[in-house]
Amino acid sequence: MPSYVDPSKCDGCKGGDKTACMYICPNDLMVLNVEEMRAYNQEPDACWECYSCVKICPQGAIFVRGYDDFVPMGGQVHPMRSSNDIMWTVKFRNGNLKRFKFPIRTTAEGAANAYVGQNGASLDDECLLLESALPSPKK
Amino acid sequence: MALPNKPKGELKAVVNPEVVEHDVDILIIGGGMAACGAAFEVKKWAPEGMKIKLIDKASLQRSGAVAQGLSAINTYIGENPIESYVKMVRNDLMGVVREDLIYDCGRHVDESVKLFEEWGLPVWKKDANGETLDGAKPAKTLREGGTPVRTGKWQIMINGESYKCIVAEPAATALGADNILERIFIVKLLLDKNKANQIAGAVGFSTRENKVHVFRCKAALVACGGAVNIFRPRSTGEGKGRAWYPVWNAGSTYTMCAQVGATLTMMENRFTPARFKDGYGPVGAWFLLFKAKVQNGLGEFYANSASVKDELAKFMPYGASPVTPTCLRNHLMINEMREGRGPLYMATDVALNAFLDDRKAAGMNDKDLKKYWKHLESEAWEDFLDMSVGQAGLWAGMNVEPEKVGSEIMPTEPYMLGSHSGCCGIWTSGPNEDWVPTVNNPSRAHQYKWGYNRMTTVDGLFTAGDGVGASGHKFSSGSHAEGRIAAKQMVKFCRDNASFKPELKQTAQELAAEIYAPVKLYTENVGLSTAADVNPAYCKPAGLMMRLMKATDEYGGGVATYYMTSGKLLNICMDLLKLLREDSEKMAAGDLHELLRCWENYHRIWCVEAHIRHIEFRKESRYPGFYYRSDFPTVDDENWKCFVNSTFNPDTKEWKCEKVECINILSTEPWL
Repeated sequence: MPSYVDPSKCDGCKGGDKTACMYICPNDLMVLNVEEMRAYNQEPDACWECYSCVKICPQGAIFVRGYDDFVPMGGQVHPMRSSNDIMWTVKFRNGNLKRFKFPIRTTAEGAANAYVGQNGASLDDECLLLESALPSPKK
Repeated sequence: MALPNKPKGELKAVVNPEVVEHDVDILIIGGGMAACGAAFEVKKWAPEGMKIKLIDKASLQRSGAVAQGLSAINTYIGENPIESYVKMVRNDLMGVVREDLIYDCGRHVDESVKLFEEWGLPVWKKDANGETLDGAKPAKTLREGGTPVRTGKWQIMINGESYKCIVAEPAATALGADNILERIFIVKLLLDKNKANQIAGAVGFSTRENKVHVFRCKAALVACGGAVNIFRPRSTGEGKGRAWYPVWNAGSTYTMCAQVGATLTMMENRFTPARFKDGYGPVGAWFLLFKAKVQNGLGEFYANSASVKDELAKFMPYGASPVTPTCLRNHLMINEMREGRGPLYMATDVALNAFLDDRKAAGMNDKDLKKYWKHLESEAWEDFLDMSVGQAGLWAGMNVEPEKVGSEIMPTEPYMLGSHSGCCGIWTSGPNEDWVPTVNNPSRAHQYKWGYNRMTTVDGLFTAGDGVGASGHKFSSGSHAEGRIAAKQMVKFCRDNASFKPELKQTAQELAAEIYAPVKLYTENVGLSTAADVNPAYCKPAGLMMRLMKATDEYGGGVATYYMTSGKLLNICMDLLKLLREDSEKMAAGDLHELLRCWENYHRIWCVEAHIRHIEFRKESRYPGFYYRSDFPTVDDENWKCFVNSTFNPDTKEWKCEKVECINILSTEPWL
């Protein structure tokens, strides 16, 4: 299911030359058309449906439509992501609806300890930071 | 109406890009799990003032194979002996592996997993009653001795939607945000002008502005993942995008390193995963956590049949393992399909209802049963939503509810990667310790250690994750650990080579001209046709990629032939690839996105050539289920229980393939 942008919701990220979706897409698919001030997926058959664009869009303007060579129409999977959990809405072709909520992070954004300023002991052994006395194989 | 012979992308490419030169000590090329491991670790060892930069062709937060997230971490040693891990990998990969690299990964990997949890990755736990808790529920951390939820012996379940974001954050903090350059695609490594076989730099281009970036460095880590869209996929329209591994992995790791003379290993070992059909959702949790079984088209749970036991007996000792090697599991599936007993269905309904029935039989009341059912259903859907949303979308479009109906399983098209159940990649040094074999051979292509762990046969050039060959089953955590290992070793290399000053053979302008050649070709020839893509003087990357994938599919053991090939077919493939490589000089790019695709295709072509070359050299079918050679259809332990290594000579432009001894460090009695 390639991603697509709803033009009624997209504002081109308020006139910057780079949109959030363009910033995040791992495959360089999302681009801003400057004349229209709207984003679009420039290569739908290279879309992995990673949902990075869907999740990052500040306007919730991006959705995913199933790949047209094997997914019957009418279904949709859409996330709502907060700082510590994500809620997925799964709409089936037959109209059924399921919702699932999962945790995504147990710490606050920015709180991951990068151990800045801490140094390893010796460059001439195989220990990484926080490691000491590595085992070797028992034959 | 304006004629369509215009650049298609929004960011037009110009013939004379700006050229920027950078001088660094260490270059980290890539932005996935391995590169993030390196970025986190490197400054723990680097002296003040050492210049280190990371270059990602995308954005660190979501780049690489873990973009969507993952539902499990497949390598967590925990309570198991590391030796068992080595033996498992050794058997799964049919006996030909670098046991030193696997053991080394095994003794570091848990540290990465504990760090992930510390950073905020929710890890499922088992409570006192043995019930599963999601990763946000209060429980002891892994470091504190908390019990993860194991599916198989090595895998643990996580709530991993934000896995990559969580790992990228401290990587960026540790390295410094200013040292991370995004949206720059590095496409070529550069050797030193004066010191033979020494890395001196790399060149690439921005996908956001017309700028070529030339780097000089003393050491470089290349960790750009594996190779995807190298064989024609089962879905050839929009569904091309729904590859099993990420579409943006173009074999850059292998090609860039091979081109400067780094020895490759086991490039014949592709991985052909069997996954939920079309959506390519994961099957691991279904097999291991939900204990689902696969039925053939006749309704038989064929895996336990006598004929299957007989079939596995042909592949001893590998077929004797309680966990059948991945390729042999595929082999059994392919036999069912080829003999007309498809389609194959994962009986998800049977599995889920079995859990419910167990609880009913144990006397659980209706209210609790309902709650338990919701929990079970949530786990089943999360498995896809955490890492393969496309599969959930397919279920939604097909009206599939897994508790009511099973889903089809099918082996996919082949992929190349070194971190998963495939082990192709680059030949690297192991740790500089006594237990790693010393090989009496002057060539590094035959040695197991040459001073710097995870360094390729080229001085100063390192790799990690998918790049390190002959040592699969690392997955996300092991790749991160390997990145950390390589980072420390690069600092050590720089210390030991403090007086080395890299000098490039070409000027920055010469390099820029090479990088932008497709743009020049486009600009000079676009007027020959009114159409954008149909032009006598050039070809567009999208079309060239299709041509590559058709050639490999038909002749290189793709899905078209049920993964069957032969020496004759392989040689036809090589001929087609030779023509393709010549024509790749005629790829044209009118915009920066197309230029990205051009260079990805150059990388793909080299990678596939190496793959085909290796398959042809290895005169046996060691990986039935991944590929078959009709002319050498059996596993030949007597003659071929060894590595196949190949080395490109950048001066003579010639390839050399050779057998390299596979040394067992762990006892082979018992084998498992």
